Order: sequence, then C-alpha cells, then structure tokens
Amino acid sequence: MTDTHIGNGFVPSGKLQLGIFFQGVNSGTVWKSPESGSQTDFESFRRIAQTAERGLFAAFFLGEGLRLREHLGRPHALDVVGRPDAQTMLAALAAVTTRIGLVATQNTTYNDPADLAHRLSSLDLLSGGRAAWNVVTTDNAWTGANFRRGGYLDHADRYVHAEAFVTTAKRIWDSWEDGAIAETPAAPAWAAPGSARPVHHQGKHYTVDYVPRLPRSAQYRPVLFQAGDSPEGRDFAARQADVIFSAHPRLDDALDFRRDIVGRTVRAGRGANDVKIMPASEFILAATPQEALEKKDWVRSLQIGPEQAIAYLEQFWGRELQGFDPDGPLPDIDPVVEETSETRGSGFHGAKAKQLADQWRAEAMDKGLSIRQFVSARTSRGDSSFTGSYTEVADRLAEYAHTGAVDGFNISPWLIPTGLDDIVNHLVPALQERGVYPTEYAGATLRENLGLATPVRQDADTVRLQLTVGEQLL
Amino acid sequence: MSTAATPSTGFLALELDGDGGHPAAWRKARHTPAELLDGTRVRATVLAAESAGFHVATFADGPLTPAADSADGRDIPGRLNALQRAAFAGPVTASIVLVPEVDTVYTEPFHISTQLASLDYVSGGRAGWLVAASDQAADAAAVGRSLVPADGLGREAADSIEVGRRLWDSWEDDAVIRDVATGRYIDADKLHYVDFEGGAGYSVKGPSIIPRPLQGQLPVLAPAGLLGADQLSAGAADAVLVSAPTPGLLAGEIAEARAAAPAAAVIAELDVVLDARGQSAAGRLAELDAHTPWQSSRARFIGTAAELTELLASVLETADGVRLHPAVLDVDLEELAQLVLPALRRRGVLAPQQPGATFRDLLGLPRPTSRYAAVSAPAAAEN
Repeated sequence: MTDTHIGNGFVPSGKLQLGIFFQGVNSGTVWKSPESGSQTDFESFRRIAQTAERGLFAAFFLGEGLRLREHLGRPHALDVVGRPDAQTMLAALAAVTTRIGLVATQNTTYNDPADLAHRLSSLDLLSGGRAAWNVVTTDNAWTGANFRRGGYLDHADRYVHAEAFVTTAKRIWDSWEDGAIAETPAAPAWAAPGSARPVHHQGKHYTVDYVPRLPRSAQYRPVLFQAGDSPEGRDFAARQADVIFSAHPRLDDALDFRRDIVGRTVRAGRGANDVKIMPASEFILAATPQEALEKKDWVRSLQIGPEQAIAYLEQFWGRELQGFDPDGPLPDIDPVVEETSETRGSGFHGAKAKQLADQWRAEAMDKGLSIRQFVSARTSRGDSSFTGSYTEVADRLAEYAHTGAVDGFNISPWLIPTGLDDIVNHLVPALQERGVYPTEYAGATLRENLGLATPVRQDADTVRLQLTVGEQLL
Repeated sequence: MSTAATPSTGFLALELDGDGGHPAAWRKARHTPAELLDGTRVRATVLAAESAGFHVATFADGPLTPAADSADGRDIPGRLNALQRAAFAGPVTASIVLVPEVDTVYTEPFHISTQLASLDYVSGGRAGWLVAASDQAADAAAVGRSLVPADGLGREAADSIEVGRRLWDSWEDDAVIRDVATGRYIDADKLHYVDFEGGAGYSVKGPSIIPRPLQGQLPVLAPAGLLGADQLSAGAADAVLVSAPTPGLLAGEIAEARAAAPAAAVIAELDVVLDARGQSAAGRLAELDAHTPWQSSRARFIGTAAELTELLASVLETADGVRLHPAVLDVDLEELAQLVLPALRRRGVLAPQQPGATFRDLLGLPRPTSRYAAVSAPAAAEN
C-alpha cells in the first residue's frame, strides 16, 4: 500500500493540469513515420499549440540547447535536431493562441539578466500574461564556445550564479509601480516620473545597472519553471520557482518527491502548496490495453533503430562500435576512457566509462537483452511512460490527482504535429468525467490557470543584502 | 533591383514603433497609454500597415531616453523587444516584410542569429535584420560591459553580421535528409563549424542550432556610415539606410550611398507629418512640439498628401525604397493609407505586394547557396 501522506500542511488540489513539451531534439520524437511532420515549420507549432489549447492545456513548453549534440566529434545525425529559438517561436504562437501558457527554456549562464528579463517581459505582455521561464544552467566550456564570454562558470557555482540571476530578473520585473502608466493621453506624463526603479547588481559574475523598460503584465511577472533534481537544484526551486518540471512520474517516486519539495518549500519560508510539480511524461494510448501495448512496441522501434542503439553505446564507449550486431549482446571490448569528455554529447559527462560498461553488460546478460532492447529500455525512461487504454490511464492519473503526488504532467508527444490528438480527443474527456481535469480555463493568465498566487513585491534593499551575503559565501 | 541604376518600381517601409516617430505622439494616439505595450497594439498596427500597402514594417529597439530638454521624462519610457514584436506579427500577416532592429554591440551574436533565423521561419521567409550598433552608455551598463567607443562600433556590427551569416549557412539547405534506410535524420557532412575569430576578442564555434533560414540568408539593413567600404564591398549589408537634413538633400546622399555600395539597395529615411483631421501638418507639428520637440537626424516632410506623393515618386526614381517615420501612427498612417499609397500605386511607382514572396524577392536578390556548400557543388550538380 502506497503511503500517500504528504504532511507539512500540504493540501492536494484533486486536479491535474497538462503541459506539452515540443522537444525538437533527441530520440523521443519519431521522425521515421510518414505522419511525422516538420520540426521547424511554423505550421507544426501552430497545429500542436492549438490542439493543446483545445484540450485546455495549461502550458506549451519549448526546450533549448545552445550547442548541437555531438557524437564522436561530429554533429549527432540519427535523432531529430535543429529547433527554433524558444522565445521567438513563443512570441509568434502568442498571436495565434489565447489561453495556453508559453514556457521558454532559457539559460542563465549564456544570457545577461537585464536582456533576458526584458525579453521575457515582452513575451509576457505580448501574450497577455501567459509567459513562463524554465530556468536552466550550463557550466561547460564546450557550450561557451558559441558565446562572447566562453566557458567562465565553475560547476560548483552554477546555482549561486543562477539564483543571483533570477533574483535580479525578479527585481527588474518588480521595478515598475502599479498604476504607473497614465489613464489617458491628456495626462501630463505617460508614466509618473520615477515610477521605474533602477536595478543595480554587482556580483562575482556580472554587474547590472539598468532602468527597466516595461511595466508588469496581467500576471504580474513571468511564471518560473525549474527542473534541477540535485539537492541544490531542489532547494533553488523551493526558494525561487513556481513550477518544477520534475523527473519523477512514477506514483511512489512522485509522492516521495512531493514530500521532499514540500519540506524544502516550507523551510524556505513559503507555503506547502506554493510550488507546483509537473513531471515529464510520454503517453501511448489506444482504445484497448492490447492495442496500446502493440503501439508501444511500434513507437519504440521507431524511436530507437539499430543505428541509434549502436550510437548510444558509442557515446559511453568513446569509440566506434559499428561491427557489433544491434540484435546481439553488448560489446565485449572496453571503453576508451581517456577520451571521455562532454563534447560527445549530453548524458555522457562524468560517466566512469569502464565501470559503467561492466555494469551494463551484467545487467543486459541477466535480463537477456540485446543491444537494441537494452538501449530502448534505457532511453525510453519507462517510468515516465503511461501506456494503456484511455480509461485505464485516466484511472491511473486520477490517483495522482487525489493523492496530490503531482499537479499535472508535461507531455512529450512522440509524434509532431499530431501527437496530442488522441490525448485531447479521448484522454482529456475521460479525465473530465472523473472530475480531475478542468472543463474550462480558470482565467486568462498562466498564473491563474496554474492556480498560483500573485507574487509579493520584493523589497530591493533586502534582496541586495541577501545577494551580497550569498555571493560573499563563495 | 539591386544592380539597376534607376529602379522602375520601389518599395515603402513603415516604422511601427510606439505611437509614432514624434516623442509626444502618445498624446494624439487613439488608445490609452496602457494599451500601447501589448499584442493587440502590435497586431493592429502591422495589419494597418499591410492593408495600406506598405511592403516592409520595421520595429525599433533599444532604450528610450527622454529628450534633452525634457529631463523629467514625460514621454514613453518603454518598448517591447523588437524581435518579439516582429515574431508576433509573423502569423497574423501575409505579405508585409518584418524587420526588427537588433543591436550588435551588447548582444550575443549566436543568440541573434538563432532568433532572426527563427523569425524567418515564423514569418514564412519575410524577415530581415536592421542592424544597430548602440552608442548608449545605458546599454553597456545594463550588461556590465565597458562602453565601446564610437570608432569600434563598425567592427562590432561587422563581426556580428559575419557570425550571423556564417551560422545561417552552417546547415546546408539539404542537411535534413530523414533517410530511413540509413537511420540518419541529418547528413552530418552538411553541417559546418563556423570557427569565427573576430577582432573584437570573441570567437564562435557553431554550427547553428536551427536549420538554415527559409531565405537562406536574411537581408541585412544597415545605416549608411556604420560599415566601412571594405565591409560593404564584401556584401555585409544588402541595403543601406540613408538620411539627410532635408528632403532636398536626399538625392545627393542616395547617389553617394549607391557609389559606396553598388550592390546594396538604398533606402531613404523620411519623417512625415501630414495635414490631417482638418489641421495643417505645420499646426499639428507645432502642437506636438509644444509638448516635446521632435529631434531627429532624418529629413522631414511637412505638408499635404499630394505633396508627399510627389516627393516619394521623385525619391523612388533614385532610391530602391523609402522608410517613413510618421509623426503620429494613428493619424498619419490613415492619411498615408487613404491618399498617398493609392496615388503612388496609380502612378505605377510601387512594387506589387505579393503574398508569399520573401524579403529577398522584394529586393530582387536570388536565394544564395550556402558558402560551405561550394566544395560539394559539382557533385550535387551531377545528381
């Protein structure tokens, strides 16, 4: 029996929200099917965003990677790759949608706080209060090779840096007084003099001296998402974020994660329900359980073909493995450890190659898995996959709502642009029948639709003091 | 058009920033101040410009500093990011070209390149880049950098353009192959490192994180005088924007710009105040100037729609296009739409508006092959 108690005064909302994560990279998106559309044409984005809005989704989510993934020193060729800039695309989608939230993943390391805060404000105002920022950090110099500053940030500093960045952004968003703008063109001034407070920040990594150019939006300021799963990342989210894009969709894990986050949030001086949790997930649905299982096999075969299975292992082995049979056992040769570096792609760095290879060989042998089966099992993140009939999956999701394990799911469709059709046409009505999904948008802004409170304006002096102390601790 | 000495037809661009070119324009706007900074306003103005027959909309960017003798800052202190306004306008328009101003000095060239390529996708190939090189101390302070001196701005702009152009070429057109037989989504041989090393002390590796823009290369517009002769002859800009103290002096500046960059289109800059709402243009301007004087380095036309029609027809005999900066968008655009553009169309001096055409099409520029494709071109030709 799963322990569903959360504690610390947390109250389950009994409802779920859905988001859609248009990934644009990696193997989760099927490109080998004839139904697979363009990954860059605006029509693909419009189609899926409008479908999501028809299904009352809270958020449309775009990722970001500031350097192309590589494989053995060349751009990785086997998966979907190449995507539009998140905020530019979301600004365009703001014009063809009316309620769905628009979430841009943006990096704190290779942006400037004043510029990024201004652009997010712009998106928030253009969309009528529907913008959100998924805060990510990067520290590797490999990505820095695309930027003026190059690689300048130590791994250990990345959250201190990110938090100073986010706090500065919040001060920029806080800086205009409410009601600063004149009511009529007959007023003596467009905005009352001095109604925008300048923002100064001087820290270890950057200096900002800026007069913010934009007022608050209908939702006060952009909603903040965060996805870091380390203890530092969780504490950062508990202090700063509105929503966690989590990696814990399995019910018992999700409950553990909720308890952990509620504890950290309360310790950070916030309310137990203040931080929403939406795990990454994949849905493979059909009319019957049997059809769904067959569909899953088909999707997996398209996601991880024989070439991808070999290439996946090559990332960890650091050498070519083309001679090995994808339907045979894992390679019996050892990885080239000294070549280990993050230039070979995400998910690789830090791996202790030889140790990992031994472990994987043992695991594959135990379970009788071929290279392809092994890689498919690893990359599909089975935990995050909900496979079954519409009613079956709706029943499972209702339990998440009732226990409060999550506030919703951020769905990565495996097909673009039609990958939400069955979810919106069949799963959403099934969730509505169970009383765990909205039957209309709660409001016009993302903050309203996620059930988030309006932020309280930060006192500039207090914030400056905290930052100074925080940065001196380095 | 770019190689023709006397273009037969020209295009008209309209600056859509704020409530108009005049700093006090908001006092004559047909909406409340609070309604300026949102999507509804962007949609309304760009659609008005498109239906009036303008070929190009531009979107100014950067900090808005109060006029020198208006230290208390009575006018609009804010604007939405220009590139995002252009992106928002993309899906709601069909033919008008969308050109945001984007700074090259205090921004990341890699981000700009990606954002502009994305704008090209969301607008169906109707995007351009109006290059700016900020000389504002406020821009430097905002990102914690030292102010780049005036003589360094051209190099910053040229470097940023070069990075952008290389990144746009870094995916060859046919890089996305979706070859099920070999399991390859892209042909990695058709992606290229750009390995930019600039004089301004930074480098950019590449390749781009987005496939090649729909136009291959977005047209780049630069103010005359920003880029050096070497940079212009190397094709850094596809069009130069030319200013003069008075309309009468524009012809000389246009000739000079054409001599300096024979391959680039020449766009004349013009402030416009028209007779409107039963008021003379001079009277309207005096009323606005009484609030805040309009300081501008551009030639200014003050008069009737018929006089402006004559002036534009005359300027378009030597320039490829004219960019208009109306004093008050809500007022002057209406006059332009009802009186000036129809008259110019009747005279046959305006290029046709073509839904689905790209900005390169408008400028008469062919779609270029990626610079990195040159080596494999003979092999491709055999296929």
